[in-house]
Amino acid sequence: MSKIAFLRLAVIVIAVGLLEAACRGGLIDHRVVIPPSEMAIALAHILATGEANHQIIRTFGIVIISVAIAVALGFVLGVIVHALPRVRQALDPLFATYYAVPIFIFYPVMIAIFGLSVVPIILIGVLNAIVAMIIATLNGLDRVPRVLTKVGRVHRMGRVSTALRLKLPAAAPHLFTGVKLAVSYGFIAVIASEFIMAPAGLGRVISDAYSDFNNPRMYGLMLLLVIVATVVNMVLHVFDQRWAERRGIART
Amino acid sequence: MTLTKRTLDTLIIVAALLVMWQTLHMAVGATALPAPGSTLAYLAKFVPSARFLQNALATLESFFYALIVSYALGLSIGVWMGAHRLSGAVGEPILISLYTLPKITLYPVVLLIFGLSMSGRVTFGAMHGVLPVALMTMNAIRNIPPVYLKSARTMHLSKRQTVLTVLLPATLPEVASGLRIGFTLTLLGVLLAEMFAAKQGLGFLIINAMHLLQAEEMVTVTVVLFVFAALANSVLLWMEHRLHRRV
Repeated sequence: MSKIAFLRLAVIVIAVGLLEAACRGGLIDHRVVIPPSEMAIALAHILATGEANHQIIRTFGIVIISVAIAVALGFVLGVIVHALPRVRQALDPLFATYYAVPIFIFYPVMIAIFGLSVVPIILIGVLNAIVAMIIATLNGLDRVPRVLTKVGRVHRMGRVSTALRLKLPAAAPHLFTGVKLAVSYGFIAVIASEFIMAPAGLGRVISDAYSDFNNPRMYGLMLLLVIVATVVNMVLHVFDQRWAERRGIART
Repeated sequence: MTLTKRTLDTLIIVAALLVMWQTLHMAVGATALPAPGSTLAYLAKFVPSARFLQNALATLESFFYALIVSYALGLSIGVWMGAHRLSGAVGEPILISLYTLPKITLYPVVLLIFGLSMSGRVTFGAMHGVLPVALMTMNAIRNIPPVYLKSARTMHLSKRQTVLTVLLPATLPEVASGLRIGFTLTLLGVLLAEMFAAKQGLGFLIINAMHLLQAEEMVTVTVVLFVFAALANSVLLWMEHRLHRRV
């Protein structure tokens, strides 16, 4: 382990340790925050009894569906828009402002239109994630070197095989960045929707546990979400960096 | 020329959005989604009302304080981690994972600590805004070409002169991007907080209108927020472009 990784671990361990000590020592009220060790025990209990399995599957299922739709549709739309420069130019102001508007404020409107079901949640997840994928696809296609198209022509490759064997691999690192962002944005939107208003799901269960003062349940499930989000994002981030370095487009 | 073209493009987008809205309205009916026309009529009546102004003021107040906290804290963390290499290397991945965390998960904790007060909404808004400001400030400082610092030294600039005439102008454009993203996310955080649990503010108005099945009011507040966010972002983007061009 490198020195930096060791220090990072030390920072996290000390932070958690301080929280534990503050809770145990009575500095932080037990009704406000429970010690991290108890959070872990609560999570282990929830997972062992399987009482929240249904909600866990539901929430992560919705995330996966939303992200899959956003990635597939975003890629297709990106390819189409890239082929139409005038449309792309017209859409530019939209792309520039899209993430400045909290897309989430449309969730109640979606509920009014589609009713309180999984549909508005999936839609908000897709809406929040898709534009990142479109922009990443456009970026990726922009960065395909001209020479590759020429190579394709020299080898008398058809349009399809040029696209699949030359352009796609060249754009892949950017596409992956899009996938990474789509996962993180989709996840945030789905969880937030479930918190504000949903018939079921992890966000709903946590917010119910909050209303019932059921701290072990609330903190246990919170810990689960934090762990899953961190692990997934870290794995994607590491792959993203590695790929970017290999293609020589590393940002740092 | 380019400016008018861009304005035209924006108008086309707005028109397309209005057409989509009208089509959706005709498909689902007025109880779910009022037409753009009737929403506009409602907006003209509702926006000057005391109820709207009170709630808008409540949101603006929380947002204002949250923004100050985001910027102050984000810039300090960013400068520290950018200037001190080891802290930056240790802290960056921690900041990135906090940035991608769905922070709404932690809102109940904020509520338990602060109760249903404005400090809770300010804290939650700041939780969203601090991280992009810190990350982009850190990167701005790291990306200063070393030759700038060398020339500052060759010219025997004092520490104050170096900061004012070299470091600040070199980092300003990127820091400005961070501040713009921080603005957006802080607004999102404040609105989420109001939507989840609050008795005032525009986020509360939206959720309240939804419970009371007042689609017109709900859509009106949504449109107001949409326009506010889009306009604020355009102004900030314009300032940012000017900074970039100057450098």
